[in-house]
Parts: sequence; structure tokens; C-alpha cells
Amino acid sequence: MSAKRVVTLTINGDPVEVLCEPRQTLLEVLRNNLDLTGTKEGCSNGNCGACTVLMDGRPVVSCLVLAVEAEGAELRTIEGVACGSHLDEVQSAFLEGAALQCGICTPGFIVQTEALLEANPNPTEDDIRFYLAGNLCRCTGYDKIVRAVQAAAEKRQTAAAN
Amino acid sequence: MATAENPKYKVIGTRPVRHDGADKVTGRAKYGADIKLTGMLYGAMLRSPHAHAKIISIDTSKAASLPGVRAVVTSADLPEQGDRIVELGEGAANMRHLSANILARGKVLYRGHAIAAVAADNIHVAEEAVKLIDVKYEVLPPVLDVRKAMSPDSPVLNDDIRTESVGSAPASKDSKPTNIAKHFLFEKGDVAAGFAKADVIVEREFDTSMVHQGYIEPHNATVHWNADGKITVWLSTQGSFTVRQQTAELLKVPISNVKVIPTEIGGGFGGKISVYLPPVAALLSKKSGRPVKLVMSRTNVFEATGPTPGSHMKVKLGATKDGTLVAGEAWIAFEAGAYTGSPIGPACMCVFACYDLPNGRVEGFDVCVNKPRTNAYRAPGSTHVAFATETLVNEICEQIGMEPAEFRIKNAAKEGVRRVDGPVYARVGLVETLEAIKNSEHYKTPLEGKHRGRGIASGFWFNCGLKSAASATVNPDGTVSLLEGSTDIGGSRTGIAMQLAETLGITAEEVTPTVGDTDSVGYCDVTGGSRVTFATGIAAIEAAKDIQRQLVERAAMIWEVEPSKVSYSEGGVHGPDGRHLTFKEIAGKLHATGGAVIGRGTSSEATQGGAFGTHCVDVEVDVDLGKVQILRYTAAQDCGTAIHPSYVEGQIQGGAVQGIGWALNEEYWYDDMGEMRNATYLDYRIPTCYDVPMIDTIIVEVPDPQHPYGVRGVGEVPICPPPAAIANAIYEAVGVHMHELPMSPPKVLAEILKKQ
Repeated sequence: MSAKRVVTLTINGDPVEVLCEPRQTLLEVLRNNLDLTGTKEGCSNGNCGACTVLMDGRPVVSCLVLAVEAEGAELRTIEGVACGSHLDEVQSAFLEGAALQCGICTPGFIVQTEALLEANPNPTEDDIRFYLAGNLCRCTGYDKIVRAVQAAAEKRQTAAAN
Repeated sequence: MATAENPKYKVIGTRPVRHDGADKVTGRAKYGADIKLTGMLYGAMLRSPHAHAKIISIDTSKAASLPGVRAVVTSADLPEQGDRIVELGEGAANMRHLSANILARGKVLYRGHAIAAVAADNIHVAEEAVKLIDVKYEVLPPVLDVRKAMSPDSPVLNDDIRTESVGSAPASKDSKPTNIAKHFLFEKGDVAAGFAKADVIVEREFDTSMVHQGYIEPHNATVHWNADGKITVWLSTQGSFTVRQQTAELLKVPISNVKVIPTEIGGGFGGKISVYLPPVAALLSKKSGRPVKLVMSRTNVFEATGPTPGSHMKVKLGATKDGTLVAGEAWIAFEAGAYTGSPIGPACMCVFACYDLPNGRVEGFDVCVNKPRTNAYRAPGSTHVAFATETLVNEICEQIGMEPAEFRIKNAAKEGVRRVDGPVYARVGLVETLEAIKNSEHYKTPLEGKHRGRGIASGFWFNCGLKSAASATVNPDGTVSLLEGSTDIGGSRTGIAMQLAETLGITAEEVTPTVGDTDSVGYCDVTGGSRVTFATGIAAIEAAKDIQRQLVERAAMIWEVEPSKVSYSEGGVHGPDGRHLTFKEIAGKLHATGGAVIGRGTSSEATQGGAFGTHCVDVEVDVDLGKVQILRYTAAQDCGTAIHPSYVEGQIQGGAVQGIGWALNEEYWYDDMGEMRNATYLDYRIPTCYDVPMIDTIIVEVPDPQHPYGVRGVGEVPICPPPAAIANAIYEAVGVHMHELPMSPPKVLAEILKKQ
């Protein structure tokens, strides 16, 4: 085991310093060292997308990133999606559209959707399904998730137009 | 959407935002793996690399002396169970087998079988320590095929298993042990005479592979064994009371010493009923004096927890030229996995459950093989047999030239029909789901294009009742705090709260539901069997009626009249001379009239009305690759009364897509030595959102008379029809009959090439 290192980064807008072992994944450090347990672990090998976070604006599966690799990075996790107690469009669309059942994949889907809508504010159904294909959901059959993303995109487009 | 416009109800049939919703979209909801306690240790487990081996010795000394390691346990730390059979809420289990499945005793019976566990200061130290445990094995030949396992010269997994024939005297303890743990036989009418009347008889053999529930959240448990002997368990589970009982039985402590606090649960589908980790974490906690958390890896989940069996089936159906089914026969062998307990019984009961079959014979076998001990998976056993029966039905239709929906309607199970295994149906809605599909926009639109085909299939699930409890406290501001014991996998606490709200005449938002722990709420059976919205719903309705009775008494006291002169309706109490108080008004007067009003309710119906569904699918087959693409999908299901239509649709959609995965991709892929070679999500390949289209749903409502609002469970049926519907569509598309699951590209291509 190598010596622990201090990693300095920004998480949801706040500067953070965290002491971690080089072998710890970003996922482990978020959940265990920083108690940011909204980011979920489903497989720890990058297959399920439950641990998706935005690293410098790009969606990454945090189980495949070492915490030391996040030095200097700007992270956005599910805890940073809502603005205070105000849910954002994607979160409300998931709630209103019943786009979750057990909810364990939901944080990953919401974060991935944030990245999608940033890159493509007006996605087609096919765009949505392709972009979210790395996020697994076993409960919903994806129908209501895709519809929620469509609803969120529309709401955001309408808000932008006004 | 019948219910949404159903004027009969104010709350039922509407779509409120779920009560736990905000927590789940913000990451605040606490799941099992999110638990963190002061002084908590992290555990890791040693698992067998072999599918079948004798354990010669286990040396844990090096692991125990690694700095940071606080405890090591093996099966030697678990109490001996002897030959105890214990009823665990959803079926009985042999405690010796259950215990040996938690930590192997003498023998390992599948790859991934747990052998030892370590608790350490952090997960990395625990994992290093596990590698230092030295186990010597005598490797034995693995038994991986259900038919080979049944042959008299097969190696035998368990030396304490003799065939238990349902309805016969138990086999002598002196007889030779066998892998055939159970034998079922059901007969109705005269099968030979029935087939003699048939103009058309089709008989085929079918094979399906073991598949996994695939919930995204791995199994977990955090346990603290306190100095006073009290054990607290935090985990995600489908049934906190069954975890309490299993944990207590496995540790041989009184159930009152175990408190189970259910966290939010990340999917189950039947796979989170059996206990794997809590007794192990408890032993580690007892030895270390600290709380211990165990979480499985995804590979552990695949290799060592609850798949549903692979199967071999021979099914035969006979019909007359006018399209009347006259006889059916089925022979079904299920892989139980390492220990007895596959859903062979339900499979035998479901195989002809969609039909009014005058003559039938069904024989089933529960067979041990060197694979993980199987567990419930959404309508356990029914999907396998629906694949067989529903594809045979289409073959019959083709031979007699009858339209498949018409044939099914003509022969459908309905009220008064006796199933082959005995029970007679009450009012059920199979015909209505068939009519719904027949009249759907999807079915009426012709399918065009090359290598495209359409298929339909139906499915059945019993749905169970069992025991539930709820209590509800009226708050002074006119809201109600509802406490119930059914762990909520898909929005059920809202569905239950809505039934309470409907009964009291208040809104869903005025009820705050909480899923209680085993010390705070009355006994509830597991979240399974499509029972929660039905049975815990009834408990909540009873609690609401109890509140009504008490509010009537309070109003009578306030108005100084006889309670018999006061009634509860329309969200309030009504007395003589037009006196009236709304629910909110009387709730505000409770402090002055005797204090809290707490309603309580229980339910213990053995059964509910059965549920049926019919699905229609369009596929396109790539004849060069054998890949099957789902183009369009419609599922119709009788849900009695839809409480929250969005979550009813969600159950149907999710079940259908699980069925699509089972049909097209998913399988346990073993090598000759019994190693699962695809024990990751990437290789096991559950459907992604890019694999499937929107799933259209048609909610059919034929109310179940056993429930005050007519609820039928919806969770399980939708997984049954997809494999058969897709096989029927593949036949329409490219003219090949598929008799094996999954219908993955190599298998479909092989059939296409055989035909050419």
C-alpha cells in the first residue's frame, strides 16, 4: 500500500480536500470518505452506469476513475443537481413521469441526462436511447425514463425560449 | 386508461408523485450499502473457485494475523442445524441446507459458494486477508446438466436428499441419496382418451438456461451484535420479517433478539428474500464487538445468489379441427441449483393455466446441480412453461388454420374452469386481455417488411395474499402517518397510502407512509407474490376503517349523541340535524377529546384472484446475423383496479423488458468445470434502453371481488408472455421454430441455416 495522498478538487461548486489511498476509486472516496452516497455502486466495473458523475463536464463512471486522477477536477454529483431545495427539470420530470421504481439507477440516469441535454438540448428518442445505453435499469423497461428525458428537454427548451 | 377516468374513486386511479420520490431523485434515499455506523468494520468473503469439491481443510491463521483484521469466521462458527424444516413465509426450507449455503460445511456445491469471511478496518485490508486464507480441496466432477443429474450414475451433490414425491410417503432414509429432490404429478380427466379425440397433436422439447433477476443493487447487510445479545440488521430486503426469522434460525437465537431495519431496496424480483449475508456479518460483529458491513460484488451476485432455474421440458398438446383443446401433457425438469427449492411446483400449476383443458397430465422434477441455489424470480416457473405451451398453441393454430387470438379466446381459462392441478378459477380476465390485444391499434395494423413477424402469447400468475399489517395515526393538522411493513421496491408505499386516503376521503398527499422496522410494525410477509398492493392495501383500508370508527365515537362525544347516530362518509363525520365535521376539523379536536386516534389493520387472505396478461410483439430478424430486433410491443393485463396507473404501467413495462432479455440475450454460460464465464453485466447482457422500443400498455380492469377496491397484483405476470410471443414472431418472420432460450443470434442463425 502506497502512502496516502491529499487530493484537491471541486465538488458541486465547493472546494474539497480529501485524504485517500492511491488504490481507492473515485466512487469509493465519494461514498466512504466524503459521505456522498447519492452516487451508487451497481457493478464496480463500468457496466451499469449507477455511479455516473460529471468530471469537468464529461460523464464518467466513477468506479473506473481513481480518486487521485480527480486532482484539480470539477465534479458534479447527483447531490449537486438540485438547486437547494429546488429540483431541476430532469429531477421533476422523473418524479412526475414515474420514471423510477426502485430508484437505485436513478442518480446515474439523472446525471447522464444532464450531460445529454448539455450536449444536445433537443434530442430525438433515438439520441436519448443511444446516450443512455450505458445506464442499466432493471425495473422500468426504460419507457418512462425516455419519456421523462423528453419531457425535461421540452421544459428546458420552453424555459430557454421565454 | 379505464381508471384515470373512473368516477367511482377520488384518489384511486390518479397519479400522485410518490412520497419517497424527492429522496430518490436527489440521492438522499438510504439504501443498504449507504449505511455507515460509528466504529463500523468492512467485511469480505472467501468464495469457492470450484463448482464441486470436498473441503479438506481451512487455515485462517495468516488472515487473522494481518494488521487491521478484527475477525474471521467459517461455518464452524455457525450453529449445527440438524434436519430442521422451517416455514419461512414464502415456502419451507431445510435449515441444514440454508446454513450450508451461507457458509459451506464440508463441501462446496457451486463456484462462488461462500467459505469464510473477514472483518477489517477497511475493505482493502479485508480483501487482502481473504487471499491469505488457505483452503485445501478435493475437486469432484461437477454436475451441470439437469438430465444428466437425474441419471442413476450421476455424482450426487447432497448425501441427505431423497426424492420427496408430493402426495406419497417419504422415501426411506436408508435409500440411496439422489439429485432428484422433488417429484410432482398432477392429473385431470383421461389424457389418453383426450389425445385419441385430437385431430392435431404437437409435441416438442424445450430448453431454457438459468437466468438472474439482475437487480442493480448488490446484496448487502450491516449488522451490530450488541453486548446485551441484541442483534440489529440494516439491509435492503424484500421482507424484513423473513430476514429476522432466517437470521434468528441460522444463529439459533430468539427472534425477539433480532431487529431488522429495512433500508430502501434497489430491486429484488424475488432474489432478495433468501438471506446470505446477515448471519455472517452478525458472527463477525459478535467476534469483533463492532458493527460490520458486507456488500457483494456484481460477480458474487451472479455466481452465488438467486438465479431462476434452467429447465428441460417436453410438452404435448392436442386439439380438434374446430380449434378445441382436448388434451395436454407436460414433463418438466428444473435445475434447483445446489440445494432443493426450484419453483417446479408453480411451473407444473402454470403450464396449462391459461386454458380450459379437459384432460391433462403434468409431471415435474426438482433437480440439484452444481450451480447456485435458485430463488424466486418474478412469477417463478411460469415464464419457462409459458414459452413451451404458448409456442405449441401457435403451432396448433397453424396446423388447423385458426387465428391465434381466436383460438386462445375459444379455449381461454375463465370463471369455473378447473386447472389441471385442481383449483377452480373465480372471476378472471384472460379473455378480456385477449380481446384487448385483438382490438388494439397494434394488432389491427398490418406488419409490413421483409423478415418481420408478429407474435402473441398469454401468461398467468396466481398472486398471493398472505399476512400484512398497518397502523395509522391521525395528526392534528388533518394528515395521517401510515406505518406499514412491506418493503417498497417500486412505489408500493404510495399505492397503499392511496387506498387509505380513498377510504378516509382525504388526498394521497395528506398521508405520509413509512415502511417500519420489525420492532415498530406488525408482521408482514415478504414483498413478493404480487401481494403488497393487494394485501397491505387491505391492511391499510382496515386501519382507515378503524380510524373512521374512532372518529365517529369522538364526534358523538363532542355532539353528545349516541355513536349510532353518527356516520363517516365523504371525508368527514355526519351527525343528527346536519351536524358535520370534516376529517381535518375533527382531527384538530383529538387532543381535547381523549388524545391520539390510531387505526390498525391486518389482512391474511390466503390467495387473491389470479392475474393474466397477453402480449403482442413485432420483430425483425437479421437473417445474416440471427439478431432479433423488437420493433413494437404492446402488453395487455388484467390488474383488477389500477390504484396508481403509472406504476401499474411501469410494472408491465419492466416485466415485459425483463422477459425480452430472457428471450433474446440472458443466460448463465458455464464451462465444463462449472465456471460461469459471463458473470458481469457486460457479458450477461440485460437489455439496455437502446435494445427496446416503447412498451405500450393496455390496463384491463376486471375487479378481484376479494379486495374492497378490486385490486389484483400486477408485478409478476408481465414477464411470462415475452419469450413465447417473440418465438412466435420469429416464426412468422423467418419460418423457424425456436425451442431454446435465449434466442440469441447464434441459436437463431443456426435454425435459419438448418432450414436453408
